[in-house]
Amino acid sequence: MSNQQWQRICAEDALCDNAGVCALIATEQSEQQVAIFKVGKTQQQVYAIGNYDPIGKANVLYRGIVGSVDEQIVVASPLYKQHFSLTSGQCLQATEVSVPVYPARINQGYVELFA
Amino acid sequence: MSSLKQILVVGNGMVGHHFVEQLVQLKENTDKSVTYKITVLSAEPRLAYDRVHLSEYFSGKTADDLALTNLDIYAQWGVEVKTSAKVIAIDKVQRFVTIEGGETLAYDKLVIATGSYPFVPPIKGNDQEHCLVYRTIEDLEAIQASAQVSNVGVVIGGGLLGLEAANALKQLGLETHVVEFAPQLMAVQIDQGGGAVLKDKIEELGVKVHTQKATTEIVKSDQSRYKLVFSDDTALETDLILFSAGIRPHDELAKVSDLAMGERGGIVINNQCLTSDENIYAIGECALWNNFIFGLVAPGYQMAKVAASHILGDVNSFTGADMSTKLKLMGVDVGSIGDAHGKTPLSQSYTFENQPEGIYKKIVVSEDKTQLLGAVLVGDTSDYDTLLQYMLNGLTLPEAPESLILPMATDKPALGADALPDSAIICSCHNVSKGDIVQAVEQGACDVNAIKQCTKASTGCGGCAALVKNVTDSELAARGVEVNTDLCEHFAYSRTELYHIVKAEKITTFDQLLEKHGKGLGCEICKPTAGSILASVWNDYVLKDQHLPLQDTNDLFLANMQKDGTYSVVPRIPGGEITPDKLITIGEVAKKYNLYTKITGGQRIDLFGARVEQLPDIWRELIDAGLETGHAYGKSLRTVKSCVGSTWCRYGVQDSVSMALLVENRYKGLRSPHKIKMAVSGCTRECAEAQSKDIGVIATDKGWNLYVCGNGGMKPRHADLFATDLDDVSLIQYIDRILMFYVATADRLQRTSVWLENLEGGLDYLKQVVIDDHLGINAELESQMAHIVGSYQCEWKTTIEDPEKLKRFKHYVNSDKSDDNIVFVTEREQIRPARFDEKIRVKTIEAI
Repeated sequence: MSNQQWQRICAEDALCDNAGVCALIATEQSEQQVAIFKVGKTQQQVYAIGNYDPIGKANVLYRGIVGSVDEQIVVASPLYKQHFSLTSGQCLQATEVSVPVYPARINQGYVELFA
Repeated sequence: MSSLKQILVVGNGMVGHHFVEQLVQLKENTDKSVTYKITVLSAEPRLAYDRVHLSEYFSGKTADDLALTNLDIYAQWGVEVKTSAKVIAIDKVQRFVTIEGGETLAYDKLVIATGSYPFVPPIKGNDQEHCLVYRTIEDLEAIQASAQVSNVGVVIGGGLLGLEAANALKQLGLETHVVEFAPQLMAVQIDQGGGAVLKDKIEELGVKVHTQKATTEIVKSDQSRYKLVFSDDTALETDLILFSAGIRPHDELAKVSDLAMGERGGIVINNQCLTSDENIYAIGECALWNNFIFGLVAPGYQMAKVAASHILGDVNSFTGADMSTKLKLMGVDVGSIGDAHGKTPLSQSYTFENQPEGIYKKIVVSEDKTQLLGAVLVGDTSDYDTLLQYMLNGLTLPEAPESLILPMATDKPALGADALPDSAIICSCHNVSKGDIVQAVEQGACDVNAIKQCTKASTGCGGCAALVKNVTDSELAARGVEVNTDLCEHFAYSRTELYHIVKAEKITTFDQLLEKHGKGLGCEICKPTAGSILASVWNDYVLKDQHLPLQDTNDLFLANMQKDGTYSVVPRIPGGEITPDKLITIGEVAKKYNLYTKITGGQRIDLFGARVEQLPDIWRELIDAGLETGHAYGKSLRTVKSCVGSTWCRYGVQDSVSMALLVENRYKGLRSPHKIKMAVSGCTRECAEAQSKDIGVIATDKGWNLYVCGNGGMKPRHADLFATDLDDVSLIQYIDRILMFYVATADRLQRTSVWLENLEGGLDYLKQVVIDDHLGINAELESQMAHIVGSYQCEWKTTIEDPEKLKRFKHYVNSDKSDDNIVFVTEREQIRPARFDEKIRVKTIEAI
């Protein structure tokens, strides 16, 4: 498991404020699709979760609308509108369902994921 | 052991049906040791339907729309029904009835609800062809058939029903006359002054009124089909004659069975609606109470309730009924309350008349001027509810009673819901009191719809809708219930409020809106709503950086997402008209990108299975061929369906395709609370199915009929006729205003059908706003629409010309690969998404 590391994904300006993009990353087992979001009012923060919607069964989460439910930062699946927490990966409407979460950061003008 | 009671109901009109409904409901709360077996016997072929709204049959309602019940409902209630079963005799001693044909049925309690029939005056020649009456659906069918071969129609009788009938003739396109024996119209309900104003207004609408005319004979004529000869030796030419000279009780059965009868007919009943036989009840228009026959449905309903509860062992009493009424005759508002003629000894009256506008108001008050006794309202019935409450509840009148009807009275006392006693009758059709509503609120009903459902208030004539809402809201407020119309947790406003905020404060971005009026980050409810409002008001390009995060996924990629994450593409095909070249382009694009193609319900072609990265290439080819975006992804105008109209069709009377093109090209791109569908038909055969659309246009030989707020789909709604015989300019003007008013006032994701049903005042109110400019906003609505029309752009054209925007049309930000989870298989020579089990198989094969 120690092979995990910060991977450089794309330039920061490839992201869109308060919306998502999808990236392909290499993990130990295989390639994975990751949905990356830049969210925030004044202070924008980067979040990354798995792109696969386990309920809609399609790679679409990056196309959802981001926002907040109470204090949690979430994305709503574009297929059936369930909320997934961008910090825990948990589905708020079906607590037994969750998606992977990846640490993300902006480093020297690039988006990086730890995977 | 439980005992069985047989209840026989003879007649299944509105009152007969109401009785069954009441009995079924009330018996739930009574002693279960008695089982009631209810059998309905109807001489007519069909079950109860809504006769109050019968004239709507001519504006498009079907017999099914008017039906109040059906066999399934009765079966669910355990009620047995026999139609075409005319009861011809009652054996009161053995307690059984005989049906025509010989069958007999035993009863414990018998309820006669046989209603009434139209009185045809004994005029010589009244039994000829095209001499008709106006009472049943069958009568209406006969009128319709006769009207097709007639030019002129006369209604004999200028009462309430006569004027309804005249309206029907007018709608059928006949030159219409009303002949009345008395010196005025509606002599029962309104006074002479009101009658005169009513006559003027009706004549203004093109119906000729002849008062003080006694018809002596109907003779054949050379000029038209018949001639009515009057006692003053004048005459009137006509093709069709409709008698509406009052009703007579259907009481033959009671007569031959020796029940006590009134001198001039009617089955005598007491306060419990019992006839002279202790096991037989009579209710509705066949019954005579206190030497009076009630020709309105509300008293009949009260009798039904009294009889039902009496059968179940309760003692309620029928002690007469309020005959106040409010209605719209040919678009003219008429209201009559209590002692309209001022017959009470020493009563006083106040009258207000505005001749230029055709408004007449009179109130009749007690000698000491403290009690309201009656009122007449013509041309403006906005004071009706208030006046009725004063009369029914004996409320003390204000010091200057005339302030209640004077238009300029600034201190006009508003009669709030709180001022009413619990006993105040709010809905007289269903006899719902304020107390009933209060009780319903206490039991958890928390909006007007819930109140309507559990009390039935406002589900009859609907005249009390505003009052029901007042009472409901006031009761909810009194209980500290806030009527929550907040859009979501981020905005404590309704969509309508946000719309007005955006407009008034000239807000152009979601961030500004959230900053000034919201909290949190927003969500998938408020963001697309704000996006839609901003587009409706400013009509910016929806993928501008500041708008992009607000868009639902379909708007975000300007295509419709399917279950596997691929998209479908719909080019606009205005009016369903397309050249072979464009058709070939669509075919070639579909072939090149291997897209599944299907014809949509809106006369367009949908191309499925496009990957997000293919969308720009597909659109480049479509746009090069002259096609543009169809907005199938947006909450916006979708399609305007049309038939070929007069250009090709033998029956078409207008060029429906040109009109469909005009309309579609005008409103394409308009973002709205929900999608909008339209259609234009070239004749009354209605091949474009315009009456199931938000906006429906049907050609007439004089112009266009405009229908509004129809819907197909999940909850079908027949569109309402909004205006007739419009020229092109007025048609577009009305549609502009209606659409913009909808955009301004509808809730989020509320189609026009539901919007209209929730609109206070309904269709009439919409007409007031759009036709009469009741709110004074028409100029504003039109200029807003002009802005939308003038700032139209094909969103796809803008997108493919912007390299920055095209960057988003890639599945991966860091790779040019495609999403490998998208897998198609072939079915009927086209692709479809692979099912989950099929994907596993495909992967296994690849692995080998």
